[in-house]
Amino acid sequence: MATLATPAATLAPDARAAGQRLVNEWLRNVQTAPERGQPVAYVFVMGNAIEILRVFGFELVFPEINSLQTGVRKAAPDFLARAEDFGFSPDVCSYVKADVGLMLNDMQHPSGARIPRPDIAIASSLCNVYIKWAEIWERHFGASTFVLDIPGKRFASWRPIPGSPQYDADKRWVQGQLEDLIAQCERITGRKFDPDKLAEVEANVNEMIRLWVEILKLNQGRPAPYNSMLDGLTYIGVLNAWRGTPEGVAYMRLLRDEVAAKVARGEGRVKDERYRLIFSGTPCYVNMRRMVELFELHGGVFAASDYLTYAAGGLDSSGLFYDPARPLESLAEVTTLASQLGLSNHFFSHHTLAQQVKEYNADGIVYHGIKSCRTVATSMADNREYVTSRYGLPTLYIESDLIDPRYWSDAQIKNRVDAFFEVLEQRRLLKGEA
Amino acid sequence: MATDAIDTESAFTSILARCHALSLRQQIAGDDAHKAIGYFPVYFPEEIVHAAGLLPYALLGGGNRVEVRYADARIGSFVCSICRTTTELGLNHSLGEMAGFFAQPICDAAKHMAGIWGRNFPQQDPQILALPQNVSSPAAARYVYDEYQRLRTILAEKVGRAITDDEIRASLGVYNENRRLQRALYAIKRDDPSRLSTVEAYLLIRAGTRIRREEHNVMLREALDLLARRRVRPMDKPRVIFVGGFCEQPPLEMIETIEDVCFIVDDDLLIGQRWITEDIPEQGDPVWALAESYIQRSASSPVQYDVRKPKEETLMTMLREARAEAAIISAAKFCEPGLDDQLALSRRLDREHIPHLVLEFEEKMTSFEQMAMQVETFAETLLFE
Ligand code: SF4
Ligand code: SF4
Repeated sequence: MATLATPAATLAPDARAAGQRLVNEWLRNVQTAPERGQPVAYVFVMGNAIEILRVFGFELVFPEINSLQTGVRKAAPDFLARAEDFGFSPDVCSYVKADVGLMLNDMQHPSGARIPRPDIAIASSLCNVYIKWAEIWERHFGASTFVLDIPGKRFASWRPIPGSPQYDADKRWVQGQLEDLIAQCERITGRKFDPDKLAEVEANVNEMIRLWVEILKLNQGRPAPYNSMLDGLTYIGVLNAWRGTPEGVAYMRLLRDEVAAKVARGEGRVKDERYRLIFSGTPCYVNMRRMVELFELHGGVFAASDYLTYAAGGLDSSGLFYDPARPLESLAEVTTLASQLGLSNHFFSHHTLAQQVKEYNADGIVYHGIKSCRTVATSMADNREYVTSRYGLPTLYIESDLIDPRYWSDAQIKNRVDAFFEVLEQRRLLKGEA
Repeated sequence: MATDAIDTESAFTSILARCHALSLRQQIAGDDAHKAIGYFPVYFPEEIVHAAGLLPYALLGGGNRVEVRYADARIGSFVCSICRTTTELGLNHSLGEMAGFFAQPICDAAKHMAGIWGRNFPQQDPQILALPQNVSSPAAARYVYDEYQRLRTILAEKVGRAITDDEIRASLGVYNENRRLQRALYAIKRDDPSRLSTVEAYLLIRAGTRIRREEHNVMLREALDLLARRRVRPMDKPRVIFVGGFCEQPPLEMIETIEDVCFIVDDDLLIGQRWITEDIPEQGDPVWALAESYIQRSASSPVQYDVRKPKEETLMTMLREARAEAAIISAAKFCEPGLDDQLALSRRLDREHIPHLVLEFEEKMTSFEQMAMQVETFAETLLFE
């Protein structure tokens, strides 16, 4: 196996350039993996056991990122149409359809990259569509799929208590499967599992998460130094692709320093920050800049978003770090906790959202429903009703799609956003805060 | 028809009439309302509920008989009908105060049902019974066992006493018999479809979700006895299988429409009721037996990943064993797992040159003319092939 030149060993002085370099580096590594004899794993952002894959030297492909990039690059309609012509219903998750479009395009991505086929695909149960999606790969690539069932929270106030019999049962299940996965990776790569390497990867993840939590907290101050639904999206892109690596740690450190410096200078993302909002749901990648702009025009910033938790593996929510002295057990523990506290929250997020409003000193919640993402959007309306009536919080519900521009209706969304700010303004007047 | 044949037919018809009335009933009957443990599809280990002296109550949506007034404001327009009408039955108080509510991680919409119930009916202690997706892992049986023990503890708290192994074993016996009887119905439907239609078999099985299992056993025994004596005129129709009814249920009229021109000799309607395919051992630890059977003696559906049961092979086996010449591959509207599988299955059938018809349905459909035309055309092509 050929070795790679150490990527981005010395990072650019600013986080944006460093992030861009790392993303390009990662894409290059992915593309050249087959010629370097390096195995490739397809993974999702929720529940992916990246730590184990790193031990075996897999290059990571994130099909969700491939799909969202078709949206960002305005190529999604063509990819979606191909999948629908192939027979997929318009009601199927548009990420899946974009990926099918990519397969039908011989894996030639609009970014110019040719995405290699997987040696293994890992689908967790945190979104059931992941599993159906992986079944498509099984058929298309003949790839071996590993379904990682991670039990989520069973009800809103579910609190996994490490050491309790219930928690042990869930952890034992996750650990059993991780052991199966290790055996499968050994078969695929012909390498033996190295627990020391796992410990090393975990130590890097710990540091990345520690920094990431700091970065999230820095947005609690006013003005918010970044917009979680714009800048935040690029942060988590790098965090996912480089999780568990020294480069990832260096990037997060640079980012933390930069964000902290902005806070020290009192510099906000929005020039005159008037409203702080929590965003719940997935982005509209095909029009995210426009969406954010509609809010920023009113001085509104997304100070936090649940997306930054679940699309980044949920580790920030568990409050626990890996114990590299017991690497495998600890991986099972933290994976279970992250799933129960962060990744399965869409179903019961009402209290957490209200809590975030407090922590981020926010004025309201914006729900973004995605027609084809039932994981995130099924019960948003009910959630909103609860949060409004129980906590008296102003909320807005808008609907579009992750990447399908057919569902973006600019005038309609703008009207709703404008009306929402009127409500916020009135509340402020009533409170005498204008 | 001789008198005894008339008597047989009328006795059978009256059983079916009762089943039909039960399937239309949206409220939980009288005293049972406070004993009901509602569960959302597909499968649920009813034996544990039964052993606790509670009533397992399969939530099957509101079909095409419920007017949705409240749920539309709570659930996205892009979600399947069973989620919507079940929520409606909760919000319009049809389901009353159930003693418990469980959803399972069969799909992402279903997981949200636990959240919706939790926000609106917290007193019903709603939650997820986290049945696993990765059932072929060696660790799976132990995990299911632990999750079932959790359920046992929750139910014991509700009834204020422990649920003993002997009680669960007795329930296993009742349910084993129930499943044997269901299998007998399916065998008739397969081997002698003129004797028992799918609508009839379906109604007989669905009734079991609304009455005590012991009572249902009596009903099925009686029905089987009558069926053995039923006078039938053999008919000649194409033999097809029907898939896509594992969760949201197609309207009865849709099954009738198909049966007007075809025999449905096997199907996955209410598959959760028949999930366990053989008797569960009644010796040893009964919870372990239940958990292990979930893994080792079970059917399959689009909402459970099982590497041992590739969906296309399962379909081919179903066709072969039912001696069917064609398949109807359906899916509920907005049901992502069903829609995804629909494509995979129809591609395989294309490859095998097996005629098939792809249909999308919604439980709340009320107009079937167009579907009837499609099905008739399909049946005609089968006759002339
Ligand atoms: S359903 Fe939602 S969470 Fe699942 S893959 Fe699609 S976009 Fe992602
Ligand atoms: S019908 Fe399909 S989408 Fe709806 S709850 Fe059932 S499995 Fe889920």
